[in-house]
Amino acid sequence: MELTWEIIILQIIMGLALGAIYVILASGLSIIFGLLDVLNFAHGTFYMLGAYAVFVAISLCGNFWIAMVSAIVIVALLGGLFEITLLKRLYGTEPIYPLLLCFGFSIFMPDVIKLIFGLVGKVVEYPKIFQGAAFVGTLILPKYRIFLVVLMGVVLLALWLFMNKTDIGMIIRAATRDRLMVSCLGINVSRVWTVGFMLGVGLAALAGVIAAPMVQTIPNMGDEMTVESFVVVVIGGLGSLGGAVLGGLLLGQVVSFVSFLYPDWSNVAIFMAMAVILVVRPRGLFGEEGRA
Amino acid sequence: MLKVENINTYYGDSHILQDVSLEVHLGEIVVLLGRNGVGKTTTLKSIMGIEPPKTGKILYKGEEITGNQPYQNVQKGLAIIPEDRRIIPNLTVEENLKLGILHKKKKLNVAERFDMVYQYFPKLKLRVNQMGESLSGGEQQMLTIARAMVSKPDLMMIDEPTEGLAPLIVEEIGEILRRLQRDGATILLVEQNYQVSLSLSDNLRAYILEKGQIKLSGTSEELHACQDEVERCLGVKL
Ligand SMILES: Nc1ncnc2c1ncn2[C@@H]1O[C@H](COP(=O)(O)OP(=O)(O)O)[C@@H](O)[C@H]1O
Ligand SMILES: [Mg+2]
Repeated sequence: MELTWEIIILQIIMGLALGAIYVILASGLSIIFGLLDVLNFAHGTFYMLGAYAVFVAISLCGNFWIAMVSAIVIVALLGGLFEITLLKRLYGTEPIYPLLLCFGFSIFMPDVIKLIFGLVGKVVEYPKIFQGAAFVGTLILPKYRIFLVVLMGVVLLALWLFMNKTDIGMIIRAATRDRLMVSCLGINVSRVWTVGFMLGVGLAALAGVIAAPMVQTIPNMGDEMTVESFVVVVIGGLGSLGGAVLGGLLLGQVVSFVSFLYPDWSNVAIFMAMAVILVVRPRGLFGEEGRA
Repeated sequence: MLKVENINTYYGDSHILQDVSLEVHLGEIVVLLGRNGVGKTTTLKSIMGIEPPKTGKILYKGEEITGNQPYQNVQKGLAIIPEDRRIIPNLTVEENLKLGILHKKKKLNVAERFDMVYQYFPKLKLRVNQMGESLSGGEQQMLTIARAMVSKPDLMMIDEPTEGLAPLIVEEIGEILRRLQRDGATILLVEQNYQVSLSLSDNLRAYILEKGQIKLSGTSEELHACQDEVERCLGVKL
């Protein structure tokens, strides 16, 4: 296929939309790692749960937007329950334990979903106003993809305001660097961890919700997303939110163009991109010295 | 106000604090002296709940607080000013102070407390929007004290506030401590510098730790009377 500039722009938009999903997903992973030191191997699982939650909510209420909010809230609450009842017990033990717990959850949960919903994929419709494409001259602009890019901007702005302008955001930033001192200033860090974990998986759920109309909603849809969100976070630099944003956008473009130009290579492209970046910058784009 | 009764604290298998007992009364300044590594910091950490003792009791305002989490003790009015200062590097000076008052935000007039702290530390007021990590050692020390003071604690535990600072700043910190003392603060101070600590107040009491045990205690006059013993414990000539 010939690579005209209309196609290039379309691919860039496709890449940005995919990048938006990566960015939202990986920001959540990055917050959880930065705050709790937990490598959340169940991140893609919460993404999958977001997609199923929005499917159920739409079939109950019929409205994409109400369903979107309820799906995020429900998955975040489930995440809170997971953190309080299971994860919290493992803080301060070997780092491998929380990792294994998350890994176990990522195997257990898709099976539960399989039992409830079966193996056949569920269809989530695009919200009405973002169906189809807008045409500007010879340019094709898929509405939903453009909406995702705008949504990413809104989410990042909201996240920035939350982290920088609220008390709880300030506590999260502080606890990310020195949790002991934060608790020595009279703050119950344990509760902050729950909030941070809920925020992180809430973002994963949002990513699942917005991805749902574009992909097959199947029980194992989260598995590869866990891996991909780790790739994004490693590219950006572990624990760095800015890194997650840049890494996500970069990966979106890589996947978009490689799968268009060299479809056979699309699965390995992201790992090749990661390898190249790690060779140049071993701690990732925004990685800090001294923080593993 | 604070009563520590026969606490024993361990790091793993090593028995650090051995039957340590001490008392601090309201409005008093009590100094904990001793050579490097005898367990002064561990004593403060035990009281705070960072390294809870295995046995023994800690009473604060008549209530047992042994085994409490640090944040619970802070909410009851204890404050710790750690030797490694632990300014939050990615927060501004103002945010560091805010973090210190958050747990009492509803009970205190925040603006008033900030004004009070800036009166003590006019230098910090010039740096409100600067990141914690960009401060000099002396400024960081002032911010740590300020961050503890801002919530109006009833008892401040201050760990080697003059360690590693230039003589001029040591003098400045000493002045701050004297002023705190005059304003009625209750302080448990860990200090290696015997002279600095004795200059803080006319009527202070001191405990001298040696290898995790309290070897000597008394008012500055009483300690003066057994100077040889003090010199031996501290390893200095006075
Ligand atoms: N986290 C720790 N783990 C193991 N041993 C420690 C730890 N912190 C301090 N120690 C040991 O405990 C003893 C007392 O230390 P510390 O209370 O810091 O002494 P001081 O404050 O009087 O210099 C020292 O021998 C030190 O090596
Ligand atoms: Mg010490």
